Amino acid sequence: MKRTVLLLAILAMMPGAVLGAQQPAPPGGAQADFVPVNTLPPQADQLPAAPLVIGAYAFVWVALMAYVWLLWKRMTKVERELADLQRRVQQH
Amino acid sequence: MSRVFVPLLLIAMVLFASAPLVVANTPVEQTMGLVQKIFYYHVPSAMLMFVSAFVCGIASAVYLFRRSPAADRVAAAAGELVVLFGLIVLVTGPLWARKAWGVWWEWDARLTSALLLWMIFLAYLLVRRFGGPGSEKLAGAMALFGMANVPFVYFSVNYWRTLHPKTSVVPTLAPGMRGAFWFCVAAFVILYVLLLTLRKRLEDRQATVEQLYLALED
Repeated sequence: MKRTVLLLAILAMMPGAVLGAQQPAPPGGAQADFVPVNTLPPQADQLPAAPLVIGAYAFVWVALMAYVWLLWKRMTKVERELADLQRRVQQH
Repeated sequence: MSRVFVPLLLIAMVLFASAPLVVANTPVEQTMGLVQKIFYYHVPSAMLMFVSAFVCGIASAVYLFRRSPAADRVAAAAGELVVLFGLIVLVTGPLWARKAWGVWWEWDARLTSALLLWMIFLAYLLVRRFGGPGSEKLAGAMALFGMANVPFVYFSVNYWRTLHPKTSVVPTLAPGMRGAFWFCVAAFVILYVLLLTLRKRLEDRQATVEQLYLALED
Protein backbone atom coordinates (compact mmCIF):
# COMPACT_ATOMS: atom_id res chain seq x y z
CA MET A 1 0.00 0.00 0.00
CA LYS A 2 2.77 2.38 1.01
CA ARG A 3 4.64 1.48 -2.18
CA THR A 4 1.58 2.23 -4.32
CA VAL A 5 1.07 5.65 -2.67
CA LEU A 6 4.75 6.49 -3.11
CA LEU A 7 4.64 5.47 -6.80
CA LEU A 8 1.52 7.59 -7.40
CA ALA A 9 3.14 10.57 -5.66
CA ILE A 10 6.25 10.29 -7.88
CA LEU A 11 4.13 9.99 -11.05
CA ALA A 12 2.05 13.02 -10.03
CA MET A 13 5.20 15.12 -9.62
CA MET A 14 6.76 14.12 -12.98
CA PRO A 15 4.76 16.31 -15.44
CA GLY A 16 5.55 19.38 -13.38
CA ALA A 17 9.21 18.48 -13.33
CA VAL A 18 9.28 17.87 -17.09
CA LEU A 19 7.43 21.12 -17.92
CA GLY A 20 9.67 23.02 -15.57
CA ALA A 21 12.70 21.67 -17.41
CA GLN A 22 11.27 22.46 -20.89
CA GLN A 23 10.02 25.99 -20.28
CA PRO A 24 12.59 28.22 -18.63
CA ALA A 25 11.30 31.45 -17.20
CA PRO A 26 11.33 34.38 -19.65
CA PRO A 27 14.38 36.63 -19.18
CA GLY A 28 12.36 39.67 -18.20
CA GLY A 29 9.89 37.75 -16.12
CA ALA A 30 6.26 37.59 -17.17
CA GLN A 31 5.07 39.93 -19.95
CA ALA A 32 4.12 43.16 -18.26
CA ASP A 33 2.36 44.90 -21.16
CA PHE A 34 1.07 44.42 -24.70
CA VAL A 35 2.73 46.45 -27.53
CA PRO A 36 0.43 47.69 -30.29
CA VAL A 37 1.79 46.80 -33.75
CA ASN A 38 1.94 50.43 -34.91
CA THR A 39 4.51 51.29 -32.27
CA LEU A 40 7.02 48.58 -33.25
CA PRO A 41 10.21 49.68 -35.00
CA PRO A 42 10.02 49.28 -38.82
CA GLN A 43 11.13 45.87 -40.12
CA ALA A 44 14.55 45.89 -41.74
CA ASP A 45 14.69 44.91 -45.46
CA GLN A 46 15.22 41.13 -45.62
CA LEU A 47 17.39 41.32 -48.76
CA PRO A 48 19.19 44.64 -49.29
CA ALA A 49 19.14 45.83 -52.91
CA ALA A 50 22.35 47.89 -52.88
CA PRO A 51 24.80 44.91 -53.18
CA LEU A 52 22.79 43.53 -56.10
CA VAL A 53 22.75 46.89 -57.93
CA ILE A 54 26.45 47.50 -57.30
CA GLY A 55 27.24 43.92 -58.33
CA ALA A 56 25.33 44.33 -61.60
CA TYR A 57 27.04 47.62 -62.49
CA ALA A 58 30.46 46.29 -61.51
CA PHE A 59 29.96 43.17 -63.62
CA VAL A 60 29.08 45.25 -66.71
CA TRP A 61 32.20 47.38 -66.27
CA VAL A 62 34.50 44.41 -65.64
CA ALA A 63 33.06 42.41 -68.58
CA LEU A 64 33.47 45.32 -71.01
CA MET A 65 36.97 46.19 -69.80
CA ALA A 66 38.04 42.53 -69.98
CA TYR A 67 36.71 42.27 -73.53
CA VAL A 68 38.50 45.45 -74.64
CA TRP A 69 41.73 44.17 -73.07
CA LEU A 70 41.38 40.78 -74.84
CA LEU A 71 40.67 42.54 -78.13
CA TRP A 72 43.73 44.76 -77.73
CA LYS A 73 45.88 41.72 -76.90
CA ARG A 74 44.67 39.79 -79.95
CA MET A 75 45.17 42.84 -82.16
CA THR A 76 48.76 43.30 -80.95
CA LYS A 77 49.54 39.65 -81.65
CA VAL A 78 48.07 39.78 -85.17
CA GLU A 79 49.86 43.07 -85.98
CA ARG A 80 53.17 41.53 -84.91
CA GLU A 81 52.51 38.43 -87.01
CA LEU A 82 51.52 40.60 -89.97
CA ALA A 83 54.71 42.68 -89.77
CA ASP A 84 56.80 39.52 -89.57
CA LEU A 85 55.06 37.97 -92.58
CA GLN A 86 55.37 41.14 -94.66
CA ARG A 87 59.10 41.17 -93.97
CA ARG A 88 59.40 37.50 -94.99
CA VAL A 89 57.41 38.09 -98.20
CA GLN A 90 59.68 40.98 -99.14
CA GLN A 91 62.77 38.82 -98.53
CA HIS A 92 61.19 35.99 -100.54
CA MET B 1 38.17 55.90 -89.94
CA SER B 2 40.67 56.75 -87.16
CA ARG B 3 39.52 60.41 -87.27
CA VAL B 4 36.05 59.30 -86.16
CA PHE B 5 37.29 56.54 -83.88
CA VAL B 6 39.14 58.64 -81.28
CA PRO B 7 36.31 61.20 -80.68
CA LEU B 8 33.83 58.33 -80.42
CA LEU B 9 36.07 56.59 -77.91
CA LEU B 10 36.25 59.76 -75.80
CA ILE B 11 32.47 60.23 -75.96
CA ALA B 12 31.89 56.61 -74.95
CA MET B 13 34.30 56.93 -72.01
CA VAL B 14 32.65 60.14 -70.77
CA LEU B 15 29.15 58.70 -71.14
CA PHE B 16 30.08 55.47 -69.39
CA ALA B 17 31.88 57.22 -66.56
CA SER B 18 28.93 59.55 -65.90
CA ALA B 19 26.16 56.96 -66.38
CA PRO B 20 26.16 55.70 -62.73
CA LEU B 21 25.85 59.32 -61.51
CA VAL B 22 22.94 59.95 -63.89
CA VAL B 23 21.25 56.74 -62.76
CA ALA B 24 21.77 57.63 -59.08
CA ASN B 25 19.65 60.77 -59.61
CA THR B 26 16.69 58.90 -61.13
CA PRO B 27 13.58 58.33 -58.96
CA VAL B 28 13.28 55.03 -57.06
CA GLU B 29 10.59 52.75 -58.51
CA GLN B 30 7.49 52.29 -56.30
CA THR B 31 7.20 48.47 -56.07
CA MET B 32 10.72 47.21 -56.85
CA GLY B 33 12.68 49.94 -55.12
CA LEU B 34 16.41 50.45 -55.61
CA VAL B 35 17.01 47.19 -57.49
CA GLN B 36 15.05 48.53 -60.49
CA LYS B 37 18.11 50.72 -61.27
CA ILE B 38 19.74 47.62 -62.84
CA PHE B 39 17.27 48.32 -65.67
CA TYR B 40 19.48 51.19 -66.99
CA TYR B 41 22.30 48.80 -67.92
CA HIS B 42 20.29 45.58 -68.39
CA VAL B 43 17.88 46.83 -71.10
CA PRO B 44 20.45 48.65 -73.33
CA SER B 45 22.58 45.46 -73.21
CA ALA B 46 19.56 43.41 -74.28
CA MET B 47 18.79 45.88 -77.09
CA LEU B 48 22.34 45.57 -78.39
CA MET B 49 22.24 41.78 -78.10
CA PHE B 50 19.21 41.87 -80.44
CA VAL B 51 20.78 44.45 -82.79
CA SER B 52 24.00 42.45 -82.96
CA ALA B 53 22.06 39.24 -83.72
CA PHE B 54 20.42 41.06 -86.65
CA VAL B 55 23.78 42.41 -87.87
CA CYS B 56 25.27 38.90 -87.65
CA GLY B 57 22.25 37.29 -89.36
CA ILE B 58 22.04 39.82 -92.22
CA ALA B 59 25.82 39.75 -92.81
CA SER B 60 25.70 35.93 -92.80
CA ALA B 61 22.88 35.98 -95.37
CA VAL B 62 24.98 38.28 -97.60
CA TYR B 63 27.93 35.91 -97.19
CA LEU B 64 25.86 32.81 -97.96
CA PHE B 65 24.06 34.20 -101.00
CA ARG B 66 26.73 36.51 -102.49
CA ARG B 67 29.94 34.81 -101.24
CA SER B 68 31.25 38.05 -99.75
CA PRO B 69 34.22 37.42 -97.39
CA ALA B 70 33.90 40.97 -95.98
CA ALA B 71 30.30 40.21 -94.92
CA ASP B 72 31.51 37.03 -93.21
CA ARG B 73 34.03 39.06 -91.23
CA VAL B 74 31.29 41.49 -90.12
CA ALA B 75 29.18 38.48 -89.09
CA ALA B 76 32.05 37.02 -87.03
CA ALA B 77 32.55 40.36 -85.24
CA ALA B 78 28.82 40.81 -84.53
CA GLY B 79 28.43 37.18 -83.37
CA GLU B 80 31.05 37.69 -80.70
CA LEU B 81 29.28 40.85 -79.51
CA VAL B 82 25.97 38.96 -79.21
CA VAL B 83 27.70 36.64 -76.76
CA LEU B 84 29.29 39.54 -74.84
CA PHE B 85 26.10 41.59 -74.45
CA GLY B 86 24.06 38.42 -73.90
CA LEU B 87 26.34 37.50 -71.02
CA ILE B 88 25.74 40.93 -69.46
CA VAL B 89 21.97 40.46 -69.84
CA LEU B 90 22.05 36.95 -68.36
CA VAL B 91 24.07 38.07 -65.33
CA THR B 92 22.38 41.39 -64.53
CA GLY B 93 18.87 39.92 -65.02
CA PRO B 94 19.13 37.33 -62.23
CA LEU B 95 20.65 39.97 -59.89
CA TRP B 96 17.49 42.02 -60.46
CA ALA B 97 15.20 38.97 -60.23
CA ARG B 98 16.62 37.86 -56.88
CA LYS B 99 15.22 40.97 -55.22
CA ALA B 100 12.17 41.63 -57.41
CA TRP B 101 10.86 38.05 -57.70
CA GLY B 102 12.65 36.30 -54.83
CA VAL B 103 14.44 33.84 -57.18
CA TRP B 104 17.59 34.02 -59.28
CA TRP B 105 16.05 32.30 -62.27
CA GLU B 106 12.61 31.27 -63.53
CA TRP B 107 12.14 28.98 -66.54
CA ASP B 108 9.55 31.22 -68.18
CA ALA B 109 9.25 32.16 -71.85
CA ARG B 110 11.44 35.30 -71.83
CA LEU B 111 14.31 33.98 -69.75
CA THR B 112 14.43 30.59 -71.45
CA SER B 113 14.24 32.01 -75.00
CA ALA B 114 16.93 34.61 -74.19
CA LEU B 115 19.20 31.85 -72.86
CA LEU B 116 18.58 29.81 -76.05
CA LEU B 117 19.44 32.83 -78.22
CA TRP B 118 22.69 33.29 -76.32
CA MET B 119 23.52 29.57 -76.65
CA ILE B 120 22.87 29.63 -80.42
CA PHE B 121 25.46 32.40 -80.84
CA LEU B 122 27.87 30.71 -78.46
CA ALA B 123 27.56 27.62 -80.66
CA TYR B 124 28.10 29.91 -83.69
CA LEU B 125 31.45 31.03 -82.26
CA LEU B 126 32.45 27.47 -81.34
CA VAL B 127 31.66 26.23 -84.87
CA ARG B 128 33.73 29.05 -86.37
CA ARG B 129 36.62 28.36 -83.98
CA PHE B 130 36.73 24.55 -84.06
CA GLY B 131 34.68 23.57 -87.14
CA GLY B 132 37.65 23.39 -89.51
CA PRO B 133 37.72 24.47 -93.17
CA GLY B 134 34.31 25.41 -94.59
CA SER B 135 32.70 25.88 -91.19
CA GLU B 136 31.85 29.50 -92.09
CA LYS B 137 28.86 28.33 -94.16
CA LEU B 138 27.46 26.18 -91.36
CA ALA B 139 28.04 29.05 -88.90
CA GLY B 140 26.27 31.43 -91.30
CA ALA B 141 23.20 29.19 -91.33
CA MET B 142 23.24 29.09 -87.53
CA ALA B 143 23.35 32.90 -87.44
CA LEU B 144 20.22 33.01 -89.61
CA PHE B 145 18.41 30.77 -87.12
CA GLY B 146 19.69 32.92 -84.27
CA MET B 147 18.39 36.09 -85.95
CA ALA B 148 14.99 34.44 -86.55
CA ASN B 149 14.81 33.72 -82.80
CA VAL B 150 15.06 37.42 -81.85
CA PRO B 151 11.37 38.41 -82.45
CA PHE B 152 10.25 35.40 -80.37
CA VAL B 153 12.45 36.53 -77.48
CA TYR B 154 11.29 40.15 -77.74
CA PHE B 155 7.53 39.47 -77.95
CA SER B 156 7.54 36.47 -75.58
CA VAL B 157 6.58 38.71 -72.64
CA ASN B 158 3.44 39.85 -74.43
CA TYR B 159 2.22 36.43 -75.63
CA TRP B 160 3.10 34.10 -72.75
CA ARG B 161 2.51 34.39 -69.03
CA THR B 162 5.79 35.52 -67.50
CA LEU B 163 7.20 37.34 -64.47
CA HIS B 164 9.34 39.56 -66.70
CA PRO B 165 8.14 43.17 -67.33
CA LYS B 166 6.38 43.66 -70.68
CA THR B 167 7.67 45.56 -73.74
CA SER B 168 5.35 48.47 -72.85
CA VAL B 169 7.66 49.48 -69.96
CA VAL B 170 10.17 51.46 -72.08
CA PRO B 171 7.65 53.60 -74.08
CA THR B 172 5.76 54.48 -70.89
CA LEU B 173 8.75 55.40 -68.70
CA ALA B 174 8.24 58.27 -66.24
CA PRO B 175 9.93 61.54 -67.32
CA GLY B 176 12.54 61.27 -64.56
CA MET B 177 13.58 57.81 -65.74
CA ARG B 178 13.32 58.38 -69.50
CA GLY B 179 16.30 60.77 -69.85
CA ALA B 180 18.67 58.55 -67.86
CA PHE B 181 17.57 55.47 -69.80
CA TRP B 182 18.20 57.00 -73.24
CA PHE B 183 21.50 58.42 -71.94
CA CYS B 184 22.61 54.88 -71.10
CA VAL B 185 21.31 53.58 -74.45
CA ALA B 186 23.44 56.23 -76.24
CA ALA B 187 26.52 55.18 -74.23
CA PHE B 188 25.99 51.52 -75.08
CA VAL B 189 25.30 52.19 -78.79
CA ILE B 190 28.51 54.23 -79.20
CA LEU B 191 30.47 51.55 -77.36
CA TYR B 192 28.91 48.88 -79.57
CA VAL B 193 29.90 50.73 -82.77
CA LEU B 194 33.47 51.05 -81.45
CA LEU B 195 33.72 47.39 -80.46
CA LEU B 196 32.25 46.21 -83.76
CA THR B 197 34.72 48.40 -85.68
CA LEU B 198 37.68 47.10 -83.65
CA ARG B 199 36.58 43.48 -83.91
CA LYS B 200 36.01 43.79 -87.68
CA ARG B 201 39.49 45.30 -88.03
CA LEU B 202 40.92 42.29 -86.19
CA GLU B 203 39.12 39.94 -88.63
CA ASP B 204 40.51 41.95 -91.59
CA ARG B 205 44.05 41.67 -90.23
CA GLN B 206 43.65 37.92 -89.65
CA ALA B 207 42.43 37.50 -93.24
CA THR B 208 45.53 39.39 -94.49
CA VAL B 209 47.77 37.13 -92.39
CA GLU B 210 46.16 34.04 -93.95
CA GLN B 211 46.66 35.48 -97.46
CA LEU B 212 50.33 36.17 -96.71
CA TYR B 213 50.85 32.61 -95.46
CA LEU B 214 49.35 31.33 -98.73
CA ALA B 215 51.59 33.70 -100.70
CA LEU B 216 54.65 32.38 -98.86
CA GLU B 217 53.69 28.77 -99.57
CA ASP B 218 53.38 29.56 -103.30
